[in-house]
Amino acid sequence: MSSTALSQISMPFLMGNSLNAWSEALVGFNILGLPLGLVILAAIPLVFIALYSLTYGVYGERKISAFMQDRLGPMEVGKWGILQTIADILKLLQKEDIVPSSADKFLFVIGPGILFVGSFLAYAVLPFSSAFIGASLNVGLFYAIGIVALEVVGILAAGWGSNNKWSLYGAVRSVAQIVSYEIPAAIALLCGAMMAGTLDMQQISVLQSGSWGFAHFFLFKTPIAWLPFLIYFIASLAEVNRAPFDIPEAESELVAGYFTEYTGMKFAVIFLAEYGSMFMVSAIISVVFLGGWNSPLPNLGAIALNDWTNGPVWGAFWIISKGFFFIFVQMWLRWTLPRLRVDQLMYLCWKVLTPFAFVSFVLTAIWEVYVP
Amino acid sequence: MQELDTAGLGSVRVTRKNDNVVVIEKDLATEQMVLAMGPQHPSTHGVLKLECLTDGEVITEAVPYLGYLHRCFEKCCENVDYPAIVPYTDRLDYLSGMNSEFSYALAVEKLLDIEIPRRVEFIRVIVAELNRIASHLVAIGTYGIDLGAFTPFLFCFRDREIILGLLEWASGARMLYNYIWIGGLAYDVPSDFLKRVREFVTYFRPKAVELCNLLTENEIFVKRTRGIGLMPAGVAINYGWSGPMLRGSGVKWDLRRNDPYSVYPELDFNVPVPDGKLSDVGDCLSRHLVRAWEMDESLKIIEQCIDKMPSAEGFNPRSAIPKRIRPKAGEVYARAENPRGELGFYIQSDGKSTKPLRCKARSSCFVNLSAMKDLSKGQLIPDLVAIIGSIDIVLGEVDR
Repeated sequence: MSSTALSQISMPFLMGNSLNAWSEALVGFNILGLPLGLVILAAIPLVFIALYSLTYGVYGERKISAFMQDRLGPMEVGKWGILQTIADILKLLQKEDIVPSSADKFLFVIGPGILFVGSFLAYAVLPFSSAFIGASLNVGLFYAIGIVALEVVGILAAGWGSNNKWSLYGAVRSVAQIVSYEIPAAIALLCGAMMAGTLDMQQISVLQSGSWGFAHFFLFKTPIAWLPFLIYFIASLAEVNRAPFDIPEAESELVAGYFTEYTGMKFAVIFLAEYGSMFMVSAIISVVFLGGWNSPLPNLGAIALNDWTNGPVWGAFWIISKGFFFIFVQMWLRWTLPRLRVDQLMYLCWKVLTPFAFVSFVLTAIWEVYVP
Repeated sequence: MQELDTAGLGSVRVTRKNDNVVVIEKDLATEQMVLAMGPQHPSTHGVLKLECLTDGEVITEAVPYLGYLHRCFEKCCENVDYPAIVPYTDRLDYLSGMNSEFSYALAVEKLLDIEIPRRVEFIRVIVAELNRIASHLVAIGTYGIDLGAFTPFLFCFRDREIILGLLEWASGARMLYNYIWIGGLAYDVPSDFLKRVREFVTYFRPKAVELCNLLTENEIFVKRTRGIGLMPAGVAINYGWSGPMLRGSGVKWDLRRNDPYSVYPELDFNVPVPDGKLSDVGDCLSRHLVRAWEMDESLKIIEQCIDKMPSAEGFNPRSAIPKRIRPKAGEVYARAENPRGELGFYIQSDGKSTKPLRCKARSSCFVNLSAMKDLSKGQLIPDLVAIIGSIDIVLGEVDR
């Protein structure tokens, strides 16, 4: 039984160009009636989040910020400080897990959990490669937009449960911010969905493949696509609480916002959720506007760069690279810009981004209907 | 301006002039909350505690609580000899120790009525102006952090590090110098010191421009500071403000010009005040701009001092230092322009003792901070942070 399963799983690696070949093989992979494949399927994004947060998220950000600020960054633990994150994790593990005596214990404990679940669930519809997606839903994009709203519950639980005025301020601000910014973000993504004619993330990616590489990406397909692209990028910064919209955790105003009272591993989980969301929004913008797992290189006559750099493994490389690029831009902005005030943030959302999102929505619709 | 009506507890209305954002909360019954900001809060610049009465995010009242860093400076002074007070003055405003020492030395020298060698005066001005730049760099950098921009802070500290290195080279200490003594200096400057200072001046000019591009001309930064914490010139004078705070309100008042001491009358420099083009006169951005412009003026002063300075031949920095300081009975008040405003020392001598009968420091930070109640009324919490940052307090000097 297991040998057939193994052959099933090794098949797509050998052959595999068909859509979702790896994930479908995993779904069918059972041992003694236990759906082990499903567990592995879910574990892959989890492992990815953990690994990327450790390497690129924490160490990379520290090094990038150090580079921008004329510093060296971590240099002590290991060569170039490579092991610094491991040391930090060990430190976090040893920390006492404090629950403030006046906190609402249930909400305080469950808050980071919900936060992480909300961030992690969205990975289900993220096409990591042409052959791998957690769940190929036909409403994938809609699901991804919707499930992120679960984070709001976690933030509110954490902020309210902490029973700290600063945490409460942070939580309330955060909820207002995330809920507001979902509107321009969703409308901007709808423009992409309109161009594709589907909400299936895998199909959206497929529609952007072609021998001219980047020229097939939705961003370059219409002359107006840059507008929803920009709107979604700005809105996504606010949705994941990154600078210049890091108002909920504005350390100079609100100490640390909704996670002021958290220590040890709960603190680490909140950060893991944040890094998870960072990659998630970066991957969504890559899928909808920049071709997802498609190679951006064009075929130049006999030099078939596009053909050489496409395929399931290359696909994983491309989408992760694109996601990392946007995370780099997020970090870049964070270490450059000051923070907006909370009412300016709302002004930007409701009076600037939302109207422009509608404009881009209408323009995209007109383009899709009247321009062949 | 702000228009605040908290009589009915339910109706709070805040409108802002010169700002496209208007916050209006009308007839929305909300409960007022007491929010203790500090002394452990990250943006109260030390151990200041502000007790804020808030309605939502709008502050109806903010009262500063002081004294967390009180070290009985004035009582200590009554128990030590005059020269032994110099190290204490370093610890008042620990970001500009040289300026504090300078001010104290001026006071005692006025009391003793002694003549200071010319080279000593120039060296004092150079180190004081270097320290002024270092202090403004901290003010600007931490102000950036208050508003969420982290990188300018590190750029500022990178350049401040060079100044601290220079001052360490001259005095042996990085912050608490004990360098300017009554009647002279602890040491002459090292032989290559002036050359290095000149190198720093040429190095720093483009860096100051870079800092401006990164922070002062940043759209978000301007949005956060322009029109916030407005202080009209008349009210500022009534509060007794001084230094960049007063100049930020448009009053051209600089003790180096208006009550000149040391060699400042010989030097050519401007007293920058905002003209209302880049900022609204009297707001947080004006105060920030004044500090940024002043760094440039300090560079000018330093260059002129290096050019005009008498040579080191036969120079003894301690030649005019009295062997035993026992002033005649009397009292004196001397003041000097510190990076944060007027730092004055009032010293009383009974004519018999080598210790002052009374030594009072008039601290600029304390006076500037006293306007907090007026400034914070009707502001949002993020604006309160911007206002505290623009006051640029050093709690060491506030509490003494």
